[in-house]
Amino acid sequence: MATFGNLSDRLAETFKNLRTKGKLSAADVDGTVREIRRALLEADVALEVVKEFTGKVRERALGDEVNKALNPAQQVVQIVNEELVQILGGEQRRLEFAKKPPTIIMLAGLQGAGKTTLAGKLAKWLAKDGHTPILVAADLQRPNAVTQLEVVGAQAGVPVYAPEPGNGVGDPVRVARDGVKFAQQKLHDVVIVDTAGRLGVDADMMKQAADIRAAIDPDEVLFVIDAMIGQDAVSTARAFQAGVDFTGVVLTKLDGDARGGAALSIASLTGRPIMFASTGESLDDFEPFHPDRMASRILDLGDILTLIEQAQGAFDEDEARKMAEKFSTDTFTLDDFLGQMQQLRNMGSIKKMMGMLPGAGAMKAQLENFDEREIVRTEAIIQSMTKAERATPKLLNGSRRLRIARGAGSTVTEVNQLVQRFEQAAKMMKTVARGGTPNIPGMGPIPGGSFGGGRGKQQPKKKGSKSGNPARRAAENAALAAGEKPAAESGVPGGSGFGLGGGAQKPGGPSEEEMAALQKMLGR
Amino acid sequence: MVERTSWSLSGALRGMFAKPTIDEQTWEDLEDALIQADFGPDVTDGILTELRAKVAKYNTTDPTDLQRMLREGIEERLARLDSTLTLSARPAIVLVVGVNGVGKTTTIGKFAKFLRGYDRSVLIGAADTFRAAAVEQLATWAERAGADIVRPQAQGQDPASVAFQTVEKAIKNGIDIVIIDTAGRLQTKSGLMDELTKIRRVIEKQTPIAEVLLVLDATTGQNGLAQAEAFIEHAGVTGLVLTKLDGSAKGGFVLAVQEKTGIPIKLVGQGEGINDLTGFTPHVFAKKLVG
Repeated sequence: MATFGNLSDRLAETFKNLRTKGKLSAADVDGTVREIRRALLEADVALEVVKEFTGKVRERALGDEVNKALNPAQQVVQIVNEELVQILGGEQRRLEFAKKPPTIIMLAGLQGAGKTTLAGKLAKWLAKDGHTPILVAADLQRPNAVTQLEVVGAQAGVPVYAPEPGNGVGDPVRVARDGVKFAQQKLHDVVIVDTAGRLGVDADMMKQAADIRAAIDPDEVLFVIDAMIGQDAVSTARAFQAGVDFTGVVLTKLDGDARGGAALSIASLTGRPIMFASTGESLDDFEPFHPDRMASRILDLGDILTLIEQAQGAFDEDEARKMAEKFSTDTFTLDDFLGQMQQLRNMGSIKKMMGMLPGAGAMKAQLENFDEREIVRTEAIIQSMTKAERATPKLLNGSRRLRIARGAGSTVTEVNQLVQRFEQAAKMMKTVARGGTPNIPGMGPIPGGSFGGGRGKQQPKKKGSKSGNPARRAAENAALAAGEKPAAESGVPGGSGFGLGGGAQKPGGPSEEEMAALQKMLGR
Repeated sequence: MVERTSWSLSGALRGMFAKPTIDEQTWEDLEDALIQADFGPDVTDGILTELRAKVAKYNTTDPTDLQRMLREGIEERLARLDSTLTLSARPAIVLVVGVNGVGKTTTIGKFAKFLRGYDRSVLIGAADTFRAAAVEQLATWAERAGADIVRPQAQGQDPASVAFQTVEKAIKNGIDIVIIDTAGRLQTKSGLMDELTKIRRVIEKQTPIAEVLLVLDATTGQNGLAQAEAFIEHAGVTGLVLTKLDGSAKGGFVLAVQEKTGIPIKLVGQGEGINDLTGFTPHVFAKKLVG
């Protein structure tokens, strides 16, 4: 929801003035952990779980595990994600069927959590798998819950055992027990017992649930809980654990926009696995739970995590070190330039990667304009040069350029542009390597240098960019050039439309830390 | 079990207010307590900043002062809006909306009973034609409350037409108050939200709507705000109903909802019995929260 700031944005904010490289200082970590704490609270994760969780994250972030492929913010995000997935999916498992049928499944939960609907979904799902489930109507409390279950059963094509009319009449314990007997007689292999909704504080009702459990000795007791629940998840989950001791959890109404922090709270507090997720009004909207999806949903990180993984995979540490050396010793050649570019391409489609960034939606138009083939063309030009030419671009005279253009299937103008940009870049590289801040008129300082990674002419012009080197390319160039120079260090305001998170929300283009993040992500 | 589940804000606060002076720990405990009552990080920060300023202003170190200031602060925030129901039109149309499973149907049953207690004639429209057996559930409540009900003529009938027929009948028979139930819908389902707009439009062809009540579940967390915003946009909500307050949930998020949206809480549901619905009184609510 727009109401809540996006965590990626906030993390970027936290790291605005961060000048450390690689290693995190305690203060940096504290700032990040504070933001994560808040994000978790806004996602309705229970406070005590948040405290324990952030403690763990803090410890790990300050520990020795430093991943060079990621910037500090990303490192923390990755740690957080790993911890989340561990809690959520530590004990992933399927339904356990009884050795001797029928398998008895009991549903329990608060009022309005969605038990009756879930009973239908579960029955349909099992029936599709070749089982012969039967529903038992043991919610005799709520008016017409029995009727509802009958309708749901009919929709799912599953029989319903409903001897009592409900509406406060009848004994649910007896109904449950008889239902199981009935299923044994009729050879149903799964019995799903729907029970009345009850509050954790209602001692009588909790006792009733415990009695039902004792009477039918279920193989699985599923605790059905609404994904929208807030801090109360703690007391409710504990009450149900103490009362009926559920064996698994089902999360309902996940099709809404609640972050579902309750999932984390319950998994963490009770140690019971979340087994299913219910995601819609139709009886087919039911699926096994995916811990990884839930983890990124809770923190609203989009697919940024996928991006982190890709960046890690594509990053070649040695390569980068060599590059940094070349920058400082002024032996940077067109060959190196090509190598960098190929490394970038290894990460897969740039468009796709940009699309995965949270908040990238608004940049779609820009993404559409971005032509990845530009990289291919640049590659072709460089590959059309001789070894000597690549090492010493000064050799390139008019006739050589014409030859190259022919060989690459482009024009002399394009070759000229490339060479020009390369020279500019090499110059800047030196400045940066010596610790200075490069400055190109009309563009503002460029992080780490700029040498035509993506070619210029088709890219959208930004304000005052006369260099034929629009800002967005700068981001990409930055990525190529990144080497050991985080942008934050050179203190540059970026002009790129690509930001780490929600760049779209900042009309002035992404801020420097976003640039830094992007640069890190692509290049390092 | 009972001991563990009966966490309460007042319980949590009691310990800290019993201390002789206000120290850092007091503030931390206070923050924890507010967050655990679902106030959300933003409102919690707001309350804390306000309290810190007050404590500094009055130069007090006594936790009981802090408690009083907290109670008054919450009460004041809640009392800013008028929580009276406007049901003076005849017929007065009340549309009840909300996400799935918050207790709309139950609330309607109790509300009908409440109104019957004041000897008003009540007609209920069962416009939840979607959920299995919702009409029957509502009919049972209507019977208990002694109210008439208009049922859809066919399964899956357009809810707007049921609403229309209900209002039509009410006008013809001179009914005082009409309550219309709608199917639960998650605020993210734009198609269903548009359906609400349609129901509203269709009713307003005959007579203005007196109240649109959004039912919120007290166990809801910070998503409550998103719910409120979406329903306000599509259904023109005029009042909030907070249900399931008899559980361990405190429903602190309503404070954020009320503040951000300017819609007052009008009714409070605290049980499954037909008489467990009361008007909203900021004083009582704040007292219950803070002690």
